[in-house]
Amino acid sequence: MWITALLVPPLAFVALFIVYPIVSAFAYAFFDWNGLARGEFVGLDNFFKVLFTEPYAGWTRNAFGHNVQVFFALMVLQNGMGFLLAYCLWRGLPGARFHRVAVFLPVVLSTIIVGYLFKLFLHPMFGVVNVSLKAIGLGFLAQPWLGQSSTALWSLIVANTWHMVGFPTLVFLAGMQRIPGEVLDAVRMETESEWVKVSKIVWPLVAPSATVVFTLLFVGAFNWFEIPYVMVGLDGSPYGSTDVLGLYFYRTAFGNQSGATQDFGAGSALAVLIFVFVAVVAGIITVKLRAREIQL
Amino acid sequence: MKKRNLLRLGAALGGLLVALPALSQELTFWSWRQEDKAVYQQLIDTFQAENPGITIKLEAFEAANYNTILSTALAGGTGPDLMMVRAFGAMESIAGAGYLMPLSPENVPELANFSPAAVAAETMRSDKKTYAVPFASQTQFVLYNKAIFDQNGLKEPQTWDEFIALAEALKAKGIIPFANGTATAWQNETIVGALVSSIMGRGFYDDLIAGKADFTDPRYTEALSKLKDISAYFPDGFIGLDYPSAQQLFSSGMAAMFAGGSYEIANFRAQNKDIQLGVFAAPGKTAEDEKLVAIYFDGGYAANAKTAHPEAALKFLNYVASKKFGQVFANSLNNISTVPGVTFDDPLLGEVAQLNEHSIPYLMLVHFRYAEPSGSVLLQGEVQKLLDNKTTPAEVGKALTEGLATWYEPFKK
Repeated sequence: MWITALLVPPLAFVALFIVYPIVSAFAYAFFDWNGLARGEFVGLDNFFKVLFTEPYAGWTRNAFGHNVQVFFALMVLQNGMGFLLAYCLWRGLPGARFHRVAVFLPVVLSTIIVGYLFKLFLHPMFGVVNVSLKAIGLGFLAQPWLGQSSTALWSLIVANTWHMVGFPTLVFLAGMQRIPGEVLDAVRMETESEWVKVSKIVWPLVAPSATVVFTLLFVGAFNWFEIPYVMVGLDGSPYGSTDVLGLYFYRTAFGNQSGATQDFGAGSALAVLIFVFVAVVAGIITVKLRAREIQL
Repeated sequence: MKKRNLLRLGAALGGLLVALPALSQELTFWSWRQEDKAVYQQLIDTFQAENPGITIKLEAFEAANYNTILSTALAGGTGPDLMMVRAFGAMESIAGAGYLMPLSPENVPELANFSPAAVAAETMRSDKKTYAVPFASQTQFVLYNKAIFDQNGLKEPQTWDEFIALAEALKAKGIIPFANGTATAWQNETIVGALVSSIMGRGFYDDLIAGKADFTDPRYTEALSKLKDISAYFPDGFIGLDYPSAQQLFSSGMAAMFAGGSYEIANFRAQNKDIQLGVFAAPGKTAEDEKLVAIYFDGGYAANAKTAHPEAALKFLNYVASKKFGQVFANSLNNISTVPGVTFDDPLLGEVAQLNEHSIPYLMLVHFRYAEPSGSVLLQGEVQKLLDNKTTPAEVGKALTEGLATWYEPFKK
């Protein structure tokens, strides 16, 4: 009896605040919406609309493509740099103690602040990037970074990398510090090559850290919202060059000032698709990556 | 004995509680104008003094999220009794769900005297019913810094060539001619309305609405190529310049002109109280071409269809439709009130009202924001592309027409 009494409140809490919202978003996706009034049951129409009917299908493809690009770019830049930084810190290069803190500091900043700061840095007339380029005689490299399709998305990716690189660094560093000294001593007797050490010993042994970092990056890249929202606005300006699924979902479900409609149905269908895609792929990634982890 | 007294007291209190709502009616009123809260409170105080027993509780929300907050609250049954709603398509998405009380000259007599265009902005196309009392019109045109013009002996241009020469003269003097930046998407629609309405002309507008022309019409594509021409006088890197930065370039006196809306007047004066503003309609090709501004209606005041106090709500709506309200609204909030017969203390607003006499509607907002893809979203993206040298005016016209043809009947072929 008392077990039931103890179990019911937390279960009710979870049901009310976690299960119910998810299930209701699933349910919304199957109805027609007239503004915010729920219409009739339409089955898979909303899914069909966002995947195959123009203009939605084009927007979906465009946003999804950008998410994929962001994922791979961040994988190389953010996680790659994170691994290198972690290795430098672990090897105790000069200034390692200071940099261990410095590298993680931006992670603590709010995304809103980071986005705003980078927007100021990239200001076409007064931003520190263009002003410095002009000052050292490289004025021809000065760009309206956030205004042209060739540079806008990359600017956001760089901002995100600066903000979050401390996180993979920290996770990799923790992984490296777990490598037993005897293993390293044994390698040292075989070779002095840094490359062999990294590729044959360190990389395989930080596999658990890589699993965590890769999976979280995947989830983050496909739910990317804050940095683009702060730096380029809801429209994925200029002309959809920075549109990602998060912005697109928000515009579709809640509307934006220049849009025509709020469509909870299509919005919910998108949310469900994003959720299913992220959950399934993240699951596969985790299983695959776990398989390559080695127990010492 | 004591017990009985207590009971009596309880009964009396209960009776009072039941009677209270009838004595004092409290209505909530939602707004997206946080900046205007003080003036609204003053207007509400006037109303309350004249209507004892009715209390209006004002709540203001951030403009960018207002639509979401309002529609979510209405859908959840916790919406306000009275509210500001947008106009055109954005109004329909709320009125279409049946959340708003229908209005007509029967319950708000003054509506009969409003301009038909203003009433149409708050009227749903499907049931032809009006759902809000329109409050302001906004005009897109060119704002300029009078001091800079005077110091350099410059005048308002009468022809397109004079317009270009004016910009050239400013540039030669080291002054940025236009402050505009286009990194913020909606600004791309604004500059079309503000700079080239006279080039496309009234004839194009009439043909478009009559279904005799679409956006591939040479009058429209010529307007776009003129827009591209004049963007040479925008700041360096303007395609990466966002809206707040553009406003600051103008209000700080670094730039001489700003292609924008009448809503900027209050902004610029707030940012720089010494600024001397002038306004003009961008010219057509020749001095004989009618100089047009683009005009639209901002929003209106509406009542919740399910309010517990419909009579009090209607009293309030009649108040906001009155000249007494419109006069304060115009003079304290620097808005072009839609209430008939309102006069303007501020000569600049008087000038705006005069320019409004030669206007065409702000095209995409007024006519093409009813389904996806909205004309506004299409135009904003295409103009950004045009200014980034990724498309031509003819291709823009084609993209707009084809995009809208997915739902706009006259374009379907």
